Amino acid sequence: MDAFLASPIGILAITVAQTLALLVPVLLAVAYLTLAERKVLAAMQLRRGPNVVGPFGLLQPFADAIKMLMKETIIPSGANRFLFVLAPILLFMLAMIAWAVIPVQDGWAIADINVGILYLFAVSSLGVYGVIIAGWASNSKYAFLGALRSAAQMVSYEVSIGFVIVTVLLCVGSLNLSDIVRAQERVWFFIPLFPMFIIFFISALAETNRAPFDLPEGESELVAGFFVEYSSMSFALFFLGEYANMILMSALTTILFLGGWHPPMHMEPFTWIPGFVWFALKIALLLFVFIWVRATFPRYRYDQLMRLGWKVFLPFSLVWLILTAAVLKLAGWLPA
Amino acid sequence: MATLDRVARSLLLTEIISGMALTFSYLFKPKVTINYPYEKGAISPRFKGEHALRRYPNGEERCIACKLCEAVCPAQAITIEAEPREDGSRRTTRYDIDMTKCIYCGMCEEACPVDAIVEGPNFEFSTETREELLYDKKRLLANGDRWEPELAKRLELDAPYR
Repeated sequence: MDAFLASPIGILAITVAQTLALLVPVLLAVAYLTLAERKVLAAMQLRRGPNVVGPFGLLQPFADAIKMLMKETIIPSGANRFLFVLAPILLFMLAMIAWAVIPVQDGWAIADINVGILYLFAVSSLGVYGVIIAGWASNSKYAFLGALRSAAQMVSYEVSIGFVIVTVLLCVGSLNLSDIVRAQERVWFFIPLFPMFIIFFISALAETNRAPFDLPEGESELVAGFFVEYSSMSFALFFLGEYANMILMSALTTILFLGGWHPPMHMEPFTWIPGFVWFALKIALLLFVFIWVRATFPRYRYDQLMRLGWKVFLPFSLVWLILTAAVLKLAGWLPA
Repeated sequence: MATLDRVARSLLLTEIISGMALTFSYLFKPKVTINYPYEKGAISPRFKGEHALRRYPNGEERCIACKLCEAVCPAQAITIEAEPREDGSRRTTRYDIDMTKCIYCGMCEEACPVDAIVEGPNFEFSTETREELLYDKKRLLANGDRWEPELAKRLELDAPYR
């Protein structure tokens, strides 16, 4: 048995099993996130939300999925067929491969690499390509405008996200995601770095094109933005990708600021619950805030969005980065 | 000082937090949506729903084929043909309402001298084909038989205002 597990086929089998063990819960979470969003939004607007399919509407995501699969995939005659089909696949794939480095519990990352945070940053930046390819290949003005907005927005907010990540890295001294979580054993980083936590969360909203930064979709003026022309499963892939990205950004926030798999206190009742449950609970809390924000705020105007990104978040995160570095240096708290 | 106040407020996100507190409080308020197929809202006695042709308590149909409803119908949705029955009374041989033309104005029931054609409280008569919405006399009389208790109550409740 050990010999088999050490052989290339065995390693492949283990990796596939690990990947499935991670991705199946993630996809289920995506499915139920769509339901949770509709339910929470409905509750905040004094509506009921889906409650007919199954008890409390719990089977609604599957009904939606079956509906999507049954529909016809329409490829516009003016579209670039290859890129048109490639874009949703790319977006969905990027949303999925990012999970490879997420440490769900101590030692439970599929790839515990030492550049984990850079990998995540790179993969989330590549997401822009899916969006812009979709917008361009659709050969439609709405899709193109949506894609342009999305590209500009994601690039703008990645800058401040980068500074926030650097601030956290200064406190940790490692790019390994598991090390970042281990460094928060005593105190979670959202306490000393609270302003950065807020900036990171708001930038995550912008990065995932969520309300109030959902200009790329902008249904009031761009119909649906970059995925207007998509239908059926290709549309579903965009949808899954967007929600998987939300969960991914929540996971990243949890790892960077909310102590990953650590329980709130290292004492009796909290330590009974395994780490991955804490991790999932923190992600669920952040996702609730994602939806809560959507229920609360109207969409930004485009110039306001750019102003917030470049003239507020960028200088603020830069100043806080220098401040953190100075405090760490002067107090001698820099990690070895 | 005013500037400092404004900057402090915007940096501390006071308005954003108060807005979010408001939406959060709504999360626990009772829902205003009626759980529709299982519970329904109250309907006024004047509600203009699906049409029905009524009968007298002895089973005789009320309609005397005066064709006032046909004449008054602004959408020209009603078609009536009539001839004397064997017993000599004037009755319709054909009474069709095209429910796809009808605008539910209620003029037919206003015009009817014998309260034969009425619009009932039923609004759940959607169909899968257009043809099913072309009602004939049989269908309208069946509606009348089905809804008679409600139709009578409705007319009685609305009578003081007519």
